[in-house]
Amino acid sequence: MSSVRAEFPIFSRTSRGKPLTYLDSGATTQKPQVVIDAELGFYEGWNANIHRGVYEFSERATMAYDGTRDTVAEFLGGVRADEIVFVRGTTEAINLVAHSYLKPKMTPGATVLVTEMEHHANIIPWQLVGATLKAIPVTDAGELDLQAAERMLGEGPLLLAVTHVSNTLGTINPIAELAAMAKRHGVPVLVDGAQAVGHFPVDLTTLGVDFYCFSGHKLFGPTGVGVLWGRHELLEAMPPFQGGGDMIDRVTFERSTFAASPQRFEAGTPNIAGVIGLDAAIRWLSAQDRPALERLDAELLAAGYEMLEQVPGLRFIARPASQVGVLTFTMDGAHPHDIASILDSEGVCIRAGHHCTQPLHARFGVPASARASFGPYTTEQDLLTLTRGLLKVRELFG
Amino acid sequence: MATMDEMYQTLIIEHDRSPRNFKALEAPTHHAEGRNPLCGDEVSLDLRLDADGRIAEVGFQGQGCAVSKASASMMTTAIQGKTVDEAMALFDSFHAMLTGKTADKEILGKLKAFEGLAVYPMRVKCATMAWHVLKESLGASRES
Repeated sequence: MSSVRAEFPIFSRTSRGKPLTYLDSGATTQKPQVVIDAELGFYEGWNANIHRGVYEFSERATMAYDGTRDTVAEFLGGVRADEIVFVRGTTEAINLVAHSYLKPKMTPGATVLVTEMEHHANIIPWQLVGATLKAIPVTDAGELDLQAAERMLGEGPLLLAVTHVSNTLGTINPIAELAAMAKRHGVPVLVDGAQAVGHFPVDLTTLGVDFYCFSGHKLFGPTGVGVLWGRHELLEAMPPFQGGGDMIDRVTFERSTFAASPQRFEAGTPNIAGVIGLDAAIRWLSAQDRPALERLDAELLAAGYEMLEQVPGLRFIARPASQVGVLTFTMDGAHPHDIASILDSEGVCIRAGHHCTQPLHARFGVPASARASFGPYTTEQDLLTLTRGLLKVRELFG
Repeated sequence: MATMDEMYQTLIIEHDRSPRNFKALEAPTHHAEGRNPLCGDEVSLDLRLDADGRIAEVGFQGQGCAVSKASASMMTTAIQGKTVDEAMALFDSFHAMLTGKTADKEILGKLKAFEGLAVYPMRVKCATMAWHVLKESLGASRES
């Protein structure tokens, strides 16, 4: 039993009366005690709104909220703290960029270059502001076709919007290489980092991208909070996304002027407790031996592939050369939802369906798949329980 | 009440392997299709009502999980020979049983086997999809 696992109280619980085998960290990660304590401590001890009161608790809440920008900026390799915008999550971050950055630049027929492996959250927001989408193809191995990427970047897209890690296949995309390519063609780059930041360190001072976003809850933090990072000069030039309190400079009925970024993009009372929880989550993760966690992830992945290969009729969707701990598969004769239900009766939590990547599933010719995704608390025992459950599925569906 | 495991063992897999009335009708009087965008399940339903307004023939096609396929299969056998009102009474009872409301379980017969699914709300929609399609197909015709 790893010591990391002991910090997550949920693993002392059962699911359907069985020990919890949690293999759905790609959907959301579990929370260490320090994150739970941070949110609880705020509500119990010093709950107040931010940027408003001069009293002690409000000051403290304001300091903690804005101070988290420093924590995030350092976590992302040492970017500017005023480049950190707090949002609800990755989805809202992308919608913000679509409305405030892309929409003012839109012309008829303008395109955004995405990839076949994008989550719907990196597809729909661009369509909603009227962009035509072109998609970099995915190879049979589940990797981006970089030759096609080079060619398509030359076709004049307004933006390249690409995921750092595929939520479905686990593929780690070569973002630095893509960003260098995009730069040669003068194309700005947005990266969906939702599945990346919990798995390996990300340094935005060297990655060469323009926007990067992630969610707190996939990073051992709370739901309902996330981060948009954007280059200062881009954020400063962008109009507000939503209007309301906290984002203004001066308001009259004739016209209003707006605060500088990042406040300009944070209308209304934000998720203060969530930001405080995010701060705790990032501090917790940063204090871990991250190379050791990456090695563990890779070892478990290799073990997982070996175990699942023994299950008759199981097929992996793809097997990328560079990936995080995600096993995505189908089984002959058993629908992914039935696989997930039978595993559920064994206390095993996996994801079944299209994982919000319908175009990617269409690319591989399947309507749905089953996905087991790892966290730093995942153990070899989890994978053995998964394998035993899948052999039971095989037995039932014959 | 059957657990998920038992439902799979005794009922769902058998109907998934050999679904009843898995066909399109040559001359349907009623037709409807349903789709669950969250999981991609699809069902297409054909009915032929006779002169007395009874369901003389029924066929379904589609793709999806074993629960949705088994439920559609058992629905087709349950509604065969029933009037539209009788079929709608079955819909109401089946729906009530799976959503934790008071249901007339006596009229459900073999459909009672799905009762255990009520404690798995995420899977209830798989079992009720074919029934919603049935209601839609009959409801549409009543208006015309």
